[in-house]
Amino acid sequence: MMASSYNAKEEDANHPGAANHAGAGVVKSKKPDNTAFKQQRLPAWQPILTAGTVLPAFFVIGLIFIPIGIGLYVTSNNIKEFEIDYTGANIDNPCYNCAKNFSWNSTAQCVCAVTFTLEQPFESNVFMYYGLSNFYQNHRRYVKSRDDSQLNGDRSALTNPSKECEPYRRSEGSPIAPCGAIANSLFNDTLQLYHIDSNGTLNEIPLVKKGIAWWTDKHVKFRNPGGNNNLTVAFQGTSKPVNWKKPVFELDPEDPENNGFINEDFIVWMRTAALPTFRKLYRIIQKKPSTTPTLPSGKYVLNVTYNYPVLSFDGRKRMILSTISWMGGKNPFLGIAYITVGSICFFLGVVLLIIHHKYDNRNNSADISN
Amino acid sequence: MLRRRLNRWLGRDERRVDSRSICVGHRSSSNNEAFIPPKFCDNRIVSSKYTVWNFLPKNLFEQFRRIANFYFLIIFLVQVIVDTPTSPVTSGLPLFFVITVTAIKQGYEDWLRHKADNEVNKYPVTVLEQGRRVRKESEKIKVGDVLEVDEDETFPCDLILLQSSRDDDTCFVTTASLDGESNHKTHYTVPDTEKDLESLNATIECEQPQPDLYKFVGRMHIYKTDQEPAMRSLGPENLLLKGSTLKNTQTICGVAIYTGMETKMALNYQGKSQKRSAVEKSINAFLLVYLCILVSKALVCTTLKYVWQNKPGQDEPWYNEKTQREKDTNLYLKMFTDFLSFMVLFNFIIPVSMYVTVEMQKFLGSFFITWDKDFFDPEIKEGALVNTSDLNEELGQVEYVFTDKTGTLTQNNMEFIECCIDGFQYKYQDAGTDLDEFCVTDGPVNKVQHKAGREKEELFLRALCLCHTVQVKESPQQGQGQRDGLMDRVDGLGTDGEGLHPPPQEQRGFIASSPDEVALVKGAMRYGFTFLGFESKTMKILTRDNDVERYELLHVLNFDPVRRRMSVIVRSKSGDTLLFCKGADSSIFPRVRQEEVERIRMNVERNATEGYRTLCVAYKYLNAEEYAQADAGLREARLALQDREEKLMAVYNQVETGMSLIGATAVEDRLQEEAAETMEALQGAGMKVWVLTGDKMETAKSTCYACRLFQRNTELLELTVRTLEDGGRRREERLHELLVEYHKKAVQDAPPVKAGVTRAWSSANHDYGFIIDGATLSMVLNSSSESNSSRYKNLFLQICQNCTSVLCCRMAPLQKAQIVKMVKNSKGSPITLSIGDGANDVSMILEAHVGIGIKGKEGRQAVRNSDYAIPKLKHLKKLLLAHGHLYYVRIAHLVQYFFYKNLCFILPQFLYQFFCGYSQQPLYDAAYLTMYNICFTSMPILAYSLLEQHICMEVLLDNATLYRGIAKNGMLQWGPFFYWTLLGVFHGLLFFFGVRYLFGNPALQDNGQVFGNWSYGTIVFTVLVFTVTLKLALDTRHWTWINHFVIWGSLAFYVFFSFFWGGIIWPFLKQQRLYFVFANMLSSVSAWLVIILLILLSLLPEILLVVFRKPRGPHAGQMKPVHSSAGGHQSPRSSARPLLMRTFSDESNTVI
Repeated sequence: MMASSYNAKEEDANHPGAANHAGAGVVKSKKPDNTAFKQQRLPAWQPILTAGTVLPAFFVIGLIFIPIGIGLYVTSNNIKEFEIDYTGANIDNPCYNCAKNFSWNSTAQCVCAVTFTLEQPFESNVFMYYGLSNFYQNHRRYVKSRDDSQLNGDRSALTNPSKECEPYRRSEGSPIAPCGAIANSLFNDTLQLYHIDSNGTLNEIPLVKKGIAWWTDKHVKFRNPGGNNNLTVAFQGTSKPVNWKKPVFELDPEDPENNGFINEDFIVWMRTAALPTFRKLYRIIQKKPSTTPTLPSGKYVLNVTYNYPVLSFDGRKRMILSTISWMGGKNPFLGIAYITVGSICFFLGVVLLIIHHKYDNRNNSADISN
Repeated sequence: MLRRRLNRWLGRDERRVDSRSICVGHRSSSNNEAFIPPKFCDNRIVSSKYTVWNFLPKNLFEQFRRIANFYFLIIFLVQVIVDTPTSPVTSGLPLFFVITVTAIKQGYEDWLRHKADNEVNKYPVTVLEQGRRVRKESEKIKVGDVLEVDEDETFPCDLILLQSSRDDDTCFVTTASLDGESNHKTHYTVPDTEKDLESLNATIECEQPQPDLYKFVGRMHIYKTDQEPAMRSLGPENLLLKGSTLKNTQTICGVAIYTGMETKMALNYQGKSQKRSAVEKSINAFLLVYLCILVSKALVCTTLKYVWQNKPGQDEPWYNEKTQREKDTNLYLKMFTDFLSFMVLFNFIIPVSMYVTVEMQKFLGSFFITWDKDFFDPEIKEGALVNTSDLNEELGQVEYVFTDKTGTLTQNNMEFIECCIDGFQYKYQDAGTDLDEFCVTDGPVNKVQHKAGREKEELFLRALCLCHTVQVKESPQQGQGQRDGLMDRVDGLGTDGEGLHPPPQEQRGFIASSPDEVALVKGAMRYGFTFLGFESKTMKILTRDNDVERYELLHVLNFDPVRRRMSVIVRSKSGDTLLFCKGADSSIFPRVRQEEVERIRMNVERNATEGYRTLCVAYKYLNAEEYAQADAGLREARLALQDREEKLMAVYNQVETGMSLIGATAVEDRLQEEAAETMEALQGAGMKVWVLTGDKMETAKSTCYACRLFQRNTELLELTVRTLEDGGRRREERLHELLVEYHKKAVQDAPPVKAGVTRAWSSANHDYGFIIDGATLSMVLNSSSESNSSRYKNLFLQICQNCTSVLCCRMAPLQKAQIVKMVKNSKGSPITLSIGDGANDVSMILEAHVGIGIKGKEGRQAVRNSDYAIPKLKHLKKLLLAHGHLYYVRIAHLVQYFFYKNLCFILPQFLYQFFCGYSQQPLYDAAYLTMYNICFTSMPILAYSLLEQHICMEVLLDNATLYRGIAKNGMLQWGPFFYWTLLGVFHGLLFFFGVRYLFGNPALQDNGQVFGNWSYGTIVFTVLVFTVTLKLALDTRHWTWINHFVIWGSLAFYVFFSFFWGGIIWPFLKQQRLYFVFANMLSSVSAWLVIILLILLSLLPEILLVVFRKPRGPHAGQMKPVHSSAGGHQSPRSSARPLLMRTFSDESNTVI
């Protein structure tokens, strides 16, 4: 007895009457269309990568990348950058005491002055960053702890923040504005820079606090509830984040365009950093109209109002002064990478050329006999 | 116990009883025993799986039984329950999509099944009820109904034959669709039933339904008013099975005894088991590896997370306090949920979309087979048919081809080519020549100048006309009256002139178990001797002179494969008793007078080498005494209860001696078009071709020679009943001896085969062919002792594997399947392909990895059970060498690429955990996570996997050896997998750390502003999308406009989408993470530079490899096509002549 299969579909063809249409149903009885697509004969470009075709590409890549790399490297090297740690972890640091005696409850402000020397003058605009280390702004619990609709001026979100903001959602019964861990931990050290003249006087360097956040963030993504006027009223019924010293509508009382949610320091902070060691733009030192450098070489004092504790999680705080080029801040990586890759390509090109030259004839004959 | 009770509870009491009793025509028996008609199942056939009500739950259950779906469901549930980094939508949406698409597809298929069921169930049948004929739907047939079935109809259920329109109370039936036997079987009515079914009052007691087609036991009680109840025994000869077709009989009446799912056919239903391709197995293996990677990644991250958190101040710094709930959660539970969260975060490494893409690729890809116009056969006006798209790639992996002979290699279209009478050769000139010529020109055309005497000629032709078991088919199209008329006309021809010959003989149907006999009879007809048929025991032939001669058929000495000859004893009108014998030369020559042999032997040998099937014809006069002796011997032997076979054989041998040789015949079984070329190509492609046939060894052998499966220098190793009996010892011993001997010859002495590309048949200078027959095979497979059995099997397999071709003849259908199974399960589990056209090939078609049906003349059975159906054998070449090869390369690349692209997708995310405090922070935005596999990178690979032709089709067809390059699942072995994984790791590392070093200073814009974590992710993601797409572009060898469109379109879409996604504050999003991130990224020169650099650096090794790697195959432009040395004597002739001996037409083929 043979193994056989039963399928009702098969049976329909058994009856003479059903034979015809059953056949047509199962099988496409039409002759297949003779189109290029159906016959898999679409005209096609069939590139064959051989040493011959790739060779010029390698040379071209090499020839393009090496100059770019050199350009990048030089540019990066020309960028002046100065960095100073003012955490106060060590006893010899001027901020040691401030760091040591930090308490959330103290109302008195602790100010420390860090002096440093710029060996070289900083031309053009100088950008002032604060840097934090071992600060996990990219921790998941942290990243999601915000309410973008609240920040966008949504009234209902203002009074009823998203659950994601927990445990920084409500304080003493009233909703926190801005809610969430990110907002709560807003960097609130105040940095002031003084240039020490040759005669010893301190000249405060004007720091511009606008233009440090993305334009779209400032103008679209972040909005105060009910416009920028009368923020006190707008934020009525909300409480300040627990670790803040002042409510959100007092972030910059002088400038209504920089107050509340659209305070640029706040916006910059709200853009969470990618890595636990990061820097954020703090202020811009505008270029002086005269030919004198923006920051001439010499002694400087950094006045820090120490509000932000980082030692508890072994963090570090830095102040960075940097000029900027078309490629951004100082970063030798790109230049080196481009030079390396360009050289590799060039080298490979040479190797390929040799191989190609050597084996060309032999290959050709081999191909044909194949 | 329990089960029995359950059965009873479920009302299946009936099963407990060993037999069922049925009232014929529902007339309760006259005796007054209270007869409760038992409940039998109705005649409804149900092949559908679902109903409207249970579709949803049942289908969902079935779907989630698939491990992959279940896995994704779990991931989805975890996302719903546990606080995970990605929203449930990211994995829920694709899963929902997959499930829905599959459900729709399956629902549609089931709807088709419902439709087909309905068509069967609603098919009208005629039921006799109270003397009236009632048309009913087939499903309404109840056990006990009396049905009327007309000629060429299939029986709607299992019937007991009560009445036949034939005089002799028989009917003819073909069971081609049940067991593949296409000859007509005779079934008998129950003896002594009344002619008037109306008054028949009977009950039938028979066994409960059982699947054995050849067993049936029952009895029938016939009650007559005036007599004692009569009892008749019923056997299989009374049973007409559902699925078989009535032939040559106008109508029959029968009573239904088994209906619906209880018919023998339904009980034999063997669900098409799901065939899984080797590629799918590879995918599963790779999946396992990736699952391990996934789990270990999650474990590493979880462990590190808790190590990291142990440092003071890390777990919960003042700026990032936990919620009260988190603080309260048990540590271990937290660990576990963290582990799950990591799993969810990394689960994209096992992509849902791969399953979708693979399914789509297979489904869409299979259309190219249906569309291929090269597969279109103008004769049957059909192209190829794809029944399953799951096995496309398997076509590129075939190592063993099992082919049927009749109808597959050959056209099963026997043609009488020439004969040799008394040493003179007669060749029939041309099939097209008009017949009359022969009659006019004094007998056969004579190639040789001389010819045998007329007397000898006529004797020879009479022998051909008489020595057979052929029946004349009563034309089914014409009614009885017409048929009689025709016969009369033929009979009357004797007096008419030459002009009124019988209608062209192609229209005359001959029925025989062997097509050779038909060919011979038809051959004789061409020479003027027409066999007119039987009239009870008398054979009528129309001679050349238009006389009707009658011969009384006294005995038929049946053909059997051991004797390899058959004889008839007839008595002519003049009273002479003649014995005509025909058979293989080897069995005839020793039994005839030797002086006659030499003259004919030459001819026979010449014919045999030309691939014709030769038979020798001999005769002998029996005088009265001799006949009486033979007659008595035969009768006695036939009645013998013990050793009947042996006794018969002895009498046969005794009678068939001292004959005179008259001549020999040559019959050609035409090969299919391009059979030899196809076989050569398959062998060139490294496939081993086995011929499995039910045919005789000689015939099969000559076909093998004709197909070039055996070459002239092939040494044949024979393991058949004949060789086993040569030694004169016990078969078992001889078998052992031969096996060992052949093994030594073929395996041990063969030069060591180099593994890999060069295989045995290419390097071995000595070719072996192996021949085995069914009887011997069963000895090998079912040896008496267990230990021997496995040993023989091993020896046998090893021998076979070292032979170029293997011929298995005299195979039962099940044995064919056994062989396929044996090879399939042998070492290395090679991929097997079976090709056949008949119902007897169904078992092997179902058994093999890939089953191919030929839309031949033996009906549709094979086609329906096959995975692919092609109109002609020659199409196999393109199907395997071109389509199969391409499909394999495409899907292998698809699979590897999918794993690769998801590895380098997820690896950066994994690495990011080291920088975000192991907090499961995703690197990419949720939209990117979801869209990556669905939109950004899915289309190019799909287009590639549908359109790629790394070598163009013509070259693939011309160079069969190219097929070997991908043999043994070459592109999905661990080597290539490792390479792709390495590539993925390399790319992932490059992407992540490249951007990581760039973000050493996040002030990347020329206005000094800084980038955050989402910018980081977006840069990595941009590099990723471009790299994986361009990597595919590098691999694409065949750029059609679709490829261009899809590849560049995908990249453009990505850019467009990113702008769009970041350009709007989306009200439904909780967080506007990507707001203007992409645009800001593009405004940064550094970001551009790093993107370009990383893409280039990632692709550099790839470009180098492509350059250095030897091109995979010669390209059209560079290569000189190697023409397979085609030709040979077998010029393909296309013959559209209808086949006579295939008496069952297409629609007769019922399913079993």
